[in-house]
Amino acid sequence: MGFTLLYLALVVLVPLSTLFWKSATLGPAGFWQAVSAPRVVASYKLTFGASLVAAATNGVFGLVVTWVLVRYRFPGRRLMDALVDFPFALPTAVAGITLTTLYAPNGWLGAPLERLGIKVAFTPLGITLALTFIGLPFVVRTLQPVLESLDPEVEEAAASLGASRLQTIVRVVMPALVPAWITGFALAFARALGEYGSVVFIAGNMPMKTEITPLLIITKLEQYDYAGATAIAAVTLLASFMLLLTINRLQSWSARLGSAQ
Amino acid sequence: MSIEVRGVSKAFGSFVAVNDVSLMVPTGELVALVGPSGSGKTSLLRIIAGLERADRGQVLFEGEDQSVRDVRQRGVGFVFQHYALFRHMSVFENVAFGLRVRPRGRRPSKAEIQSKVNDLLKLVQLDWLSDRYPSQLSGGQRQRVALARALAVEPQVLLLDEPFGSLDAKVRQELRRWLRRLHDEIRVTSVFVTHDQEEALEVADRVVVMNQGRVEQVGTPQEVFDRPATPFVMGFLGHVNVFHGRVEAGRAHLGPLSVEYPEHAEETARPAQGFARPHELELGRDAAGDGFWATLRHVNPAGAVIKLELEDAEGRVVQVETTRGPFDELRPSLGERLRVRPRQVRIFVAPLPPRD
Amino acid sequence: MSSRATREPAAVRLTLTATALLFLGVFLVLPLVAVFAQALEKGWAAYADALREPMALSALELTLLTAAIAVPLNLLFGLAAAWAIAKFDFPGKNALVTLIDLPFGVSPVIAGMVFILLFGRQGLLGPWAEAHGLKLVFSVPGLVLATLFVTFPFVARELIPLMQSVGTDEEEAARVLGASGWQIFRRVTLPNIKWGLLYGVILCNARAMGEFGAVSVVSGHIRGKTNTLPLHVEILYNEYNFQAAFAVASLLALLALVTLVAKSAVEWRAAAERASHAEDARVD
Repeated sequence: MGFTLLYLALVVLVPLSTLFWKSATLGPAGFWQAVSAPRVVASYKLTFGASLVAAATNGVFGLVVTWVLVRYRFPGRRLMDALVDFPFALPTAVAGITLTTLYAPNGWLGAPLERLGIKVAFTPLGITLALTFIGLPFVVRTLQPVLESLDPEVEEAAASLGASRLQTIVRVVMPALVPAWITGFALAFARALGEYGSVVFIAGNMPMKTEITPLLIITKLEQYDYAGATAIAAVTLLASFMLLLTINRLQSWSARLGSAQ
Repeated sequence: MSIEVRGVSKAFGSFVAVNDVSLMVPTGELVALVGPSGSGKTSLLRIIAGLERADRGQVLFEGEDQSVRDVRQRGVGFVFQHYALFRHMSVFENVAFGLRVRPRGRRPSKAEIQSKVNDLLKLVQLDWLSDRYPSQLSGGQRQRVALARALAVEPQVLLLDEPFGSLDAKVRQELRRWLRRLHDEIRVTSVFVTHDQEEALEVADRVVVMNQGRVEQVGTPQEVFDRPATPFVMGFLGHVNVFHGRVEAGRAHLGPLSVEYPEHAEETARPAQGFARPHELELGRDAAGDGFWATLRHVNPAGAVIKLELEDAEGRVVQVETTRGPFDELRPSLGERLRVRPRQVRIFVAPLPPRD
Repeated sequence: MSSRATREPAAVRLTLTATALLFLGVFLVLPLVAVFAQALEKGWAAYADALREPMALSALELTLLTAAIAVPLNLLFGLAAAWAIAKFDFPGKNALVTLIDLPFGVSPVIAGMVFILLFGRQGLLGPWAEAHGLKLVFSVPGLVLATLFVTFPFVARELIPLMQSVGTDEEEAARVLGASGWQIFRRVTLPNIKWGLLYGVILCNARAMGEFGAVSVVSGHIRGKTNTLPLHVEILYNEYNFQAAFAVASLLALLALVTLVAKSAVEWRAAAERASHAEDARVD
């Protein structure tokens, strides 16, 4: 017990408290100025927006992928299942340079898209695609155990009562998946908000246009504007914290619902 | 709506679950499919429902072949062993489900659904729980909701898969009787599966005894209990004492027992088994008639029926049941040698091996 | 397997499967292939050269060292925390669990920044550190500490639910039979949690070796001294030395693949063990 607390204190609490301490040195007015400068706000919008779209994309396609992996049989299924964790296991820097090369104007995917008039590298679209890659495992791995443990008899019951397959899926299966779905979405979203390594290469990092918040923090650090950096970080932390809380709430809510049996 | 099963067979891989089963369930009857695990009863039930497809054979409702019909189209009500209630819906919504998913044309109005569901909940005595969720109900209550839900779509056929299997003993007893009364009221053709022979005998109009994918016997509870057609049926329904031996020259020599058996007059012996239920054996102290001596080892006096355990000369255990009256008259003591006399022995002779 | 009643029409199944495979193909398979394709663009000789380059080798050494320190320490912590949470009730238990999840929700950049704040020259403990001759930022120790922060939840998160679901019955039985604390741990607890433990260690290691954001902030990017493999990849890439960057990156990609394989192996073994302990399904 004592060991645990000591470890935690050293590794987590102390570092984090310095953050709030440092940003407090700015005073309320200075704090506000630091977090509301146009360049900073632009980075919030970009980071938040891209993360949201990426998480939503993973929400939709992640559901399809999970359904297919759990319910259907096809050659290579086990391989695909194992591969889902690839973005999670791959170091972010490697993901970053690979995605950049893939979507560059002369890349395997970038070239055909360029011909269609779609620019990916060094645009918000590129950032979103990178964030989608990163968040992929979160939705799938959160949904998978829930989908796997669904009682097939419940679907049979619905069919015996006259429901069509679509009705059964919409009225009986989906509601059971919603809590896990939202959790997966929130996890992907939270991860995307703080993501650095996979995005910083493909982004282009132009201030006001393609500069993500984590990069802005680093820039400020390099300029020795510690207070400014911490102020921005504090805002980010607050957002992450809210998300974490939501996730925990959702998990305990779905645990209560699932305790019926 | 009568149910006819014609020559239905089903295998799962190399395991034959149902082996050429044919069956008739007349309209309005409550029939039990009873047998041990692996006897094929649940598979047969699911085939009737349309949840599984038979490899061979047909299922007919009132003469109409159902084989091409999906479970949705067969108009069956199905009650699962583990209820399969929709966890995220209230009791009311669960029961209303079948009515709500009907296509536009056939869907009743909201008011109609409301009144129908309430009537059903009253029927199963759960109207006061209509807003609760399954997780807040006891096992017995959940099963009644499942039943109401199945009845809401006015099925022509009601199928129940071990409906009381997940409940504890006392609740099971209550619900058994309750189901019987419910059936008397609504008279829907019903088939239920159980491995509990007591339940089958108590509840059903007719009993189908199954074993290893085949039907051993069909009959009223009285028939299958008193006149079992095969050793399996006799052994499966109720307690039984088995005496192994042979028949030859008009007599059956079965362990400690020796009785007349004119049906086998030949000199050549054939293996045979004798079955006697515990209540078909009498205890006494004189050596008259067919019987044998055995030592009293154990008495279980609890209840209206007294259960005694005796050991014969070879150490084989014999179970005897008797009522209070005869027991008090006899007043046996442990370790005493008593005469065991069968009032009735059912003898099954082993069939001849098939000729090459 | 689904019965007839619970299957979608074939056309639907085909469409969904195709969509899923297309999505996975674009987002997973292509990048995986691309790493190795780029690394081998100039042939095997150039690939080998890039890997043998001294800076690359020292980066590899540092990565391995960091992992060798961070993983065992976090393993101990994970065990201790899971033990405390699963077996005792104490005020603030929920807060503890949330706190353990914290590095998961925090951007790695912020994690790194916090260390600079603490131990940098202008930092809270900066002067104290300097006075004691401890250089904790822009140095190897700082690197290790930052890695420790971002990877510590992995083992704990795996073990906590596992130990909670296993319960305390078996340990209590062992204690009644007279086993000592250490014996109980080794003979009763450990076998029950071994797969979860292994799983957590595998993930912890993957993250420790691959961490980029936090380490980037803290390390100072001093080539040959404070560069881990991921940082080295960044440097090479920024110098437009693409082939070498991908060569080094391919090492990390291989690590990721090994992680995936190890992870799957552990999952299958654990599932097989569970299945052989469970009762057979009813087939009636």
